[in-house]
Amino acid sequence: MDLNFLDFEQPIAELEAKIKELRNVQSDNNINISDALKQLEDRSLALTESIFANLSDWQISQVSRHPGRPYTLDYVEHLFTEFHELHGDRTYSDDPAIVCGLARLDGQPVMIIGHQKGRDTKEKIYRNFGMPRPEGYRKALRVMKMAERFGLPLICLIDTPGAYPGIGAEERGQSEAIARNLFEMAKLRTPIICTIIGEGGSGGALAIGVGDRLIMLEYSTYSVISPEGCASILWKSPDKAQLAAEAMGITSDRIREQGFVDEVVREPLGGGHRDFKIIASNLKEALIRHLAELKQHSLDELLEKRYQRIMDFGVFSDDSGK
Amino acid sequence: MSWFKKLVPSTIRTEGSNKKVTVPEGLWNKCPSCSAILYNSELEKNYSVCPKCEHHFRISARTRLNLFLDEQGREEIAKHVKPVDPLKFKDSKKYKDRISQAQKQTKENDSLVVMQGQLHGQGIVVAAFEFSFMGGSMGSVAGEKFVRGVNKSIELGIPFIVFTSSGGARMQESLFSLFQMAKTSAVLTKLAEAGLPYIACLTDPTMGGVSASLAMLGDINIAEPNALIGFAGPRVIEQTVREKLPEGFQRSEFLQEHGAVDMIVDRREMRDKCASILAMLMANKISMTESSLTAVSIDAEQTA
Repeated sequence: MDLNFLDFEQPIAELEAKIKELRNVQSDNNINISDALKQLEDRSLALTESIFANLSDWQISQVSRHPGRPYTLDYVEHLFTEFHELHGDRTYSDDPAIVCGLARLDGQPVMIIGHQKGRDTKEKIYRNFGMPRPEGYRKALRVMKMAERFGLPLICLIDTPGAYPGIGAEERGQSEAIARNLFEMAKLRTPIICTIIGEGGSGGALAIGVGDRLIMLEYSTYSVISPEGCASILWKSPDKAQLAAEAMGITSDRIREQGFVDEVVREPLGGGHRDFKIIASNLKEALIRHLAELKQHSLDELLEKRYQRIMDFGVFSDDSGK
Repeated sequence: MSWFKKLVPSTIRTEGSNKKVTVPEGLWNKCPSCSAILYNSELEKNYSVCPKCEHHFRISARTRLNLFLDEQGREEIAKHVKPVDPLKFKDSKKYKDRISQAQKQTKENDSLVVMQGQLHGQGIVVAAFEFSFMGGSMGSVAGEKFVRGVNKSIELGIPFIVFTSSGGARMQESLFSLFQMAKTSAVLTKLAEAGLPYIACLTDPTMGGVSASLAMLGDINIAEPNALIGFAGPRVIEQTVREKLPEGFQRSEFLQEHGAVDMIVDRREMRDKCASILAMLMANKISMTESSLTAVSIDAEQTA
């Protein structure tokens, strides 16, 4: 089994392995099997298309956590220029689960804040699996304030299973750190564009996710609790994550139906991890477009619209006639 | 069975040998902390605080508001805001059925009750979470009621207080409930801009999405003694870090020690304490409005 492929991708993995083998044979022996190769490639393409055309919500949730999925620093590399990383909350420490920095988007200076997961085991641990501690959120807040002072738009890239549930995190006020960001982002005087690039895990995602625009990548998810967490509470078994994923409606298309998302950015066939360049350029195009729209408003208008947008969250009935 | 009981003829025995002592429902209560048997009406008179060990029992939102506000001039805010089921959510039970069951049980529409009233004669708006309503979970209704309560405060130029008691965001509304964290936090920026004080009074338990939004944003954060307050639940943390949690972890005293709450206040003193604090925080505000009112009346006289 190829660990770089998810369970339901295994048939594709097998084909891809065969193709690779054939290529090696061809280059070693100088025989022409390009027809056979072409056939296999077509089959792989068709298979990928058919598998990805019918992904269940739970499978999409797995793609959003795909080990090969591009992370914040990959977007920094492919989508921005002149990146200067900014470290530390100036109070306690630096949290590698959140990356902040100055960069240019199509020439315009912006401030980037993004969750960062690790690729190999060592980096995964270093990045704490993308689960920030309070100092991560406080670093984010520090650079948000800086962005406000220098008139830099804020680009937030969201990809976390959630805020870290640890002893130290609680001691240093995980709740307060998240709450403070929600409060400050609601009135931050600079345009904010938030993009879910992978997993939008609950409050840990929202803490850098309040803004003027919400973009979701096609195979990203966003939910109040992880499907496993929801399943273990409501179904009393984490194995029912599939059902929980369906019930909560956590995929980009479902969330667009709920009215929260401004744009779903399409991913290359088979998911963003198949081609960083395509997904980065799709996202770049969307970011530039939304930023241009936001810049047409005065800051006062922008803040008024943002506030109204936040106040419109929620559905309820009200029979008082008001 | 003890030897003495064996001696007593069965006709005199007041209890069967295997039967538990049955106490009429609603007359007596047992303190979960010190196991003292307490007479319910006595307990209620004592603000549902155990007279023996000062354990603070959980109380309903309405009891809370009754204990806290002056008797005169109470008016409920956003009473008619009711939950709907935007996702047609269903686990082992339909969300709709859970709502109606909770409504029957608690006689509330949802998990937050908001009331405008007076505290020692000072105008105030108070919101209280109803923990018995689906664990006090915050969904669209709680968020909307909170917002309307804060807006009422701003409109009347009076302080806002919340009593939290909640497991967090309501899963059955998924993103709709997650975003209530942003909504309740955002409306508090307006209260702050209006220069009005906000007291967050954290009672047992205050967790998850409620803790990580409106609960931690008070100008003054107050906790009731020994309340469980935190972001992640103790069980989740234990499973994640695979260590035993320290004694008193995530309890009020722990939070005060780590700088998250200003003070721990006994429920029986809550009214006086809040009234005293608010009087000071509002002192300049009131003289400011008074002076601006005088300024207005002078202007009016001059124009006249």
